[in-house]
Amino acid sequence: MADDMLKSTNLPQNPERATLEGRNKFMGFWFFLGGETVLFASLFGTYLALKNSTVDGPAANEIFGLELVFLMTIILLTSSLTSVYAMYHMKNNDPKKMQLWLGITVALGLAFLGLEIYEFYHYVHGYHFGYTTSAFSSAFYTLVGFHGAHVAFGLGWIISLMVRNAKRGINLYNAPKFYIASLYWHFIDVVWVFIFTVVYLMGKVG
Amino acid sequence: MSATVKKAGFGATLWEYLTTVDHKKIGILYLVAGMFFFILGGLEAMLIRIQLIKPDNDFISAQFYNEVLTMHGTTMIFLAAMPLIFALMNAVVPLQIGARDVAFPFVNSLGFWLFFFGGVMLNVSWFVTGAPDAGWTAYAPLSIFSEGHGVDFYAIGLQISGFGTLMGGINFIVTIVNMRAPGMTYMRMPLFTWTAFIASVLILFAFPALTVGLFLLTFDRLFGANFFDPSMGGNVIIWEHLFWIFGHPEVYILILPAFGVFSEVVPTFAKKRLFGYSSMVFATVLIAFLGFMVWAHHMFTVGLGPIANSIFAVATMAIAVPTGIKIFNWLFTLWGGSIRLTSPMVFALGFIPTFTIGGMTGVMLGSAAADFQYHDSYFVVAHFHYVIVGGVVLGLFAGIIYWWPKMFGTMLNEKLNHWFFWLFFIGFHLTFFVQHFLGLMGMPRRYWIFLEDQGLDFFNLISTIGAFFMAAGTILFLYNVVVTQAKGVKVSGDPWDARTLEWAIPSPPPFYNFKQEPLVRGLDPLWIEKTEGDGKIKPAEPLGDIHMPNNSFVPFMMSLGLFIAGFGVMFQGSYWILAVIGFAITAGSMLYRSFKDDLGYHVHKEDLEDEKGDGSNG
Amino acid sequence: MMKGWMSKFKAVFALVVLALVLSGCGEPFLSALQPKGEGAEMIYDLMILSIVIMLFVFVVVIVIYTFVIIKYRQKKQDPDFIPKQTEGNHALETLWTVIPIILLLILAVPTVQYTFALADTSPEVNEEGEEQDSLWVNVTGAQYWWHFEYDGLEVSTSQELYIPTDRRVYLSMSSQDVIHSFWVPSINGKMDVNPTGNTNEMTLLAQEEGVYWGKCAELCGPSHSIMDFKVVAVSPGEFEEWVQDMQQVTGEETPESATAQEGQELFADNCMSCHAIGADPNKIGPNLTNFGDRTKLAGVVDYNKENLVEWIQTKGEEMKPGNHMMDAGYELEDEEAEKIAEYLMGLSPSDITTENAEDSVYKDSDLSSLFPEEEEEEGEQSEDEEDGEESDEEGSSEDEENDEE
Repeated sequence: MADDMLKSTNLPQNPERATLEGRNKFMGFWFFLGGETVLFASLFGTYLALKNSTVDGPAANEIFGLELVFLMTIILLTSSLTSVYAMYHMKNNDPKKMQLWLGITVALGLAFLGLEIYEFYHYVHGYHFGYTTSAFSSAFYTLVGFHGAHVAFGLGWIISLMVRNAKRGINLYNAPKFYIASLYWHFIDVVWVFIFTVVYLMGKVG
Repeated sequence: MSATVKKAGFGATLWEYLTTVDHKKIGILYLVAGMFFFILGGLEAMLIRIQLIKPDNDFISAQFYNEVLTMHGTTMIFLAAMPLIFALMNAVVPLQIGARDVAFPFVNSLGFWLFFFGGVMLNVSWFVTGAPDAGWTAYAPLSIFSEGHGVDFYAIGLQISGFGTLMGGINFIVTIVNMRAPGMTYMRMPLFTWTAFIASVLILFAFPALTVGLFLLTFDRLFGANFFDPSMGGNVIIWEHLFWIFGHPEVYILILPAFGVFSEVVPTFAKKRLFGYSSMVFATVLIAFLGFMVWAHHMFTVGLGPIANSIFAVATMAIAVPTGIKIFNWLFTLWGGSIRLTSPMVFALGFIPTFTIGGMTGVMLGSAAADFQYHDSYFVVAHFHYVIVGGVVLGLFAGIIYWWPKMFGTMLNEKLNHWFFWLFFIGFHLTFFVQHFLGLMGMPRRYWIFLEDQGLDFFNLISTIGAFFMAAGTILFLYNVVVTQAKGVKVSGDPWDARTLEWAIPSPPPFYNFKQEPLVRGLDPLWIEKTEGDGKIKPAEPLGDIHMPNNSFVPFMMSLGLFIAGFGVMFQGSYWILAVIGFAITAGSMLYRSFKDDLGYHVHKEDLEDEKGDGSNG
Repeated sequence: MMKGWMSKFKAVFALVVLALVLSGCGEPFLSALQPKGEGAEMIYDLMILSIVIMLFVFVVVIVIYTFVIIKYRQKKQDPDFIPKQTEGNHALETLWTVIPIILLLILAVPTVQYTFALADTSPEVNEEGEEQDSLWVNVTGAQYWWHFEYDGLEVSTSQELYIPTDRRVYLSMSSQDVIHSFWVPSINGKMDVNPTGNTNEMTLLAQEEGVYWGKCAELCGPSHSIMDFKVVAVSPGEFEEWVQDMQQVTGEETPESATAQEGQELFADNCMSCHAIGADPNKIGPNLTNFGDRTKLAGVVDYNKENLVEWIQTKGEEMKPGNHMMDAGYELEDEEAEKIAEYLMGLSPSDITTENAEDSVYKDSDLSSLFPEEEEEEGEQSEDEEDGEESDEEGSSEDEENDEE
């Protein structure tokens, strides 16, 4: 049976859920995302409580530029879509195309992260809006930074999977791993949608 | 490979435990570590009580007293009660549902080692700049202003051990959902499994709030963030909310599994099916649900205003209803039964009136207006000790004694257990009953000294005397453990004449638990087979190869890495190198785990046929 | 809301016994079980109601419990007896769901009522239905002492809060460092004292003259347990006198004895940067205007010269671990400290002190001297809460307070 796990032929329709291990991973990961939701909800709550506590530092509507953030949103949403393609090819047992689409996902993720770093750099140097400037700045960087750290972790994760499985096909052992990595990526995307709305749009308008 | 069970040397045994992914061994690890921290927390409690034996005492200094009280609370909740509950969950849940292991054996091991290193980290603080001194609740801004690194140890230590708990929680949810044996429907699950399940769900949704709180605290203290610094626009109440959004469900995380233990012990020793099984399940779920809606009853005096206070007061009182349902269901399980007063049963019976008092004072505290007098006084101290010692600790001991034969294959001495119970029980009531009155007489909690001529002397003295009884009882229990294990008299698979699946296999069970997956025909499957069948559980599958996970040292290394990194983050400067090394170890271990396929191994059918321990031993 | 069961003899009897037992607990100046104030009394009633309900539940549980343990022990002659495996009983289960709900409702109603009543900081109304002026005190908690500033009266004290009896005193509370909690068990429940931005309000109404002990009820550092203070309740007339006496103090008064005069100079040179005498707003350290009338030193230590000198010289290191006076830079010879002590112990501007707070003299007053014409300002502060009903009642006679906003 152990050999079956690593065979790349005759895969079932949903290779990620074909084994008990796969089903466990699948379900465990959904629950993990439930916990992550509480984590981000707590961070959002903290942010909302402190978003007007700017003391002497700049306020939200003075620093946010929607153009850049909008671009970042588009990039991350697109990367979510490309990871869907990757999973589609995984289910079709086409590892090359899966790797390709994962590669595109990673590239988009890196672009997002690069822009976020640029954005932070810009705030710090252009507006003297550092981590310790005010309670608002601490809350902003912590919330958005936590998301950024999740993106970075997700990138590391997907890259490791790609490298590890570069020379072998899709099988019952690695299919669940790819699948939950893509779940994670979607989750990050959803969180960003909330950040875009609550932090940036409401910060600019509200 | 753990497959070969031989008489191993000390080194081999140690290595086995460092790398084990077997839920039964992890249960033993949790038990040992939890008992160690329980004793540590108990010693801290004794220091507190000795300091308060008379007015104006100068046994220990004010600063040290605050460190002791902080560590007593933190240790008992996070490092004693939680792991002991995980010990029972690990030892019992997979057996009760007829599984060969948990869903994520590797994560299970990781959860233990994270908890363990977090606990060690917290206690290292005693030797480095002093322990945390802001109370187990670590209210900001006291925790921000606290000098030295005590509170940093608190924040980082709990963070690490909290990750472990979260993983444990997810593991048990998935185990219970996905790994039940054929016929083990949700409404046939033993109540302990049910409560473990619900407690795990609570862990999943409560701990992330603590995670965030601890991160904010860490960032404020170590990286100059301003969450809790009023002069920079911070708001100290945020911490209180985050802490209690975690903290109140935490109480139910602790008590629900204890309820589960009693729901196993009472039917077994009353020889009766649990009265109102479905309402017990319903009450458990309802308690958990309401448990998330009442956190602000810890904050009635914060100044949230009468509207919020009233809402939370009424919600809090509502919890008394499902709790009451449980109490009456236990009483009516006893009704008409044939009660054997074994030591687990005596603990269960001691629990009922004790916890009823704890629940009553809980309702009193929930009455927001009256809470203005009770809050942060010794009345609260009395209340939560009635709940946590009278509920959780009695439950844990009942569970440990009840499942001891299943975990170790030996039987603790019943006579000593009874002595232990009476010493502990009488000591407990002496210690804490009078504290209700101390609180109402004007003694706030966390008081290093109380003054003369304020009428507080006598009850404090009584309380301290009671604490010595409890200590004596605990020592007796440890003695019992040592003696029992030294003698090592083996017992059968079902020494209590019990009702659930775990008693259908040998004590201790073989490492694969069930040779053949059991077929469950109803609630209390073993009882059904005893009364309606031949006393043996029917197999649900023919004998075949069994797939087992490999042992791994990676969880230990991953946790060790975070432990080392914690010091780097804390001391900064040239110590940053520790953070680099630590995170490198953790990340490296994770990569190693990713890059090395871990497919487990198989126990072959032929080997199973050779082994004597047949899966349906009576 | 308690009338229904009050009529029943047994309940009354139980109540009396209970109240007797409880009131035997603790000292009258500290115990929540011997209420001497409006808030404490309300809470005490609620406490008794909840205890009675809970005792009822407890008795039911214990009766069943004792019965089953005695009745259903395993019989020696028949150890193999197998009891009937009852699944449950819907009627019973409904019963023990519904009855607790009813009991909780009985408790919930007064709870909500009292929660709102205790949070009410609208002005008092006298017998003629007129809204009275409210006496507001700004309370500041600090590690490890309390500061009291009487709003609009130019009077400040520390550690000992003088209040008139039979009148509500309104407290507006905040902290200058960590969270503290203001608790005078015999007069009212506690309320947290939060750092900037979260000011809390509560009221005190003492029904009897006397000195009541207050405690800090939120862990605030090493000396949390000795952050005691007193509430000195005197009759309204005496309170007025006390305020007038306190208002006279400027800190410039020359003491009688020569040593005290020297002490005054030394005090001015070494201590005035933190401590104030008179209504000076400085509250880095406790206000010492009526230091001579204190009953305790630093709230807890016996009040005598020896201890005071020790305090000055050790900066309270032993007496109040972790206090902020240890940061003060002064250095004094022992004699100098004694002179300062002499001076401080002579600071007794008023005849109304803790010593004679409980005397039999009761001087009534409506405190009108404390609120000269500018009452609009005073009224405003408490106006914006919810006081709809009061203002309706006296709307015809006095509504000039409301119309400017």
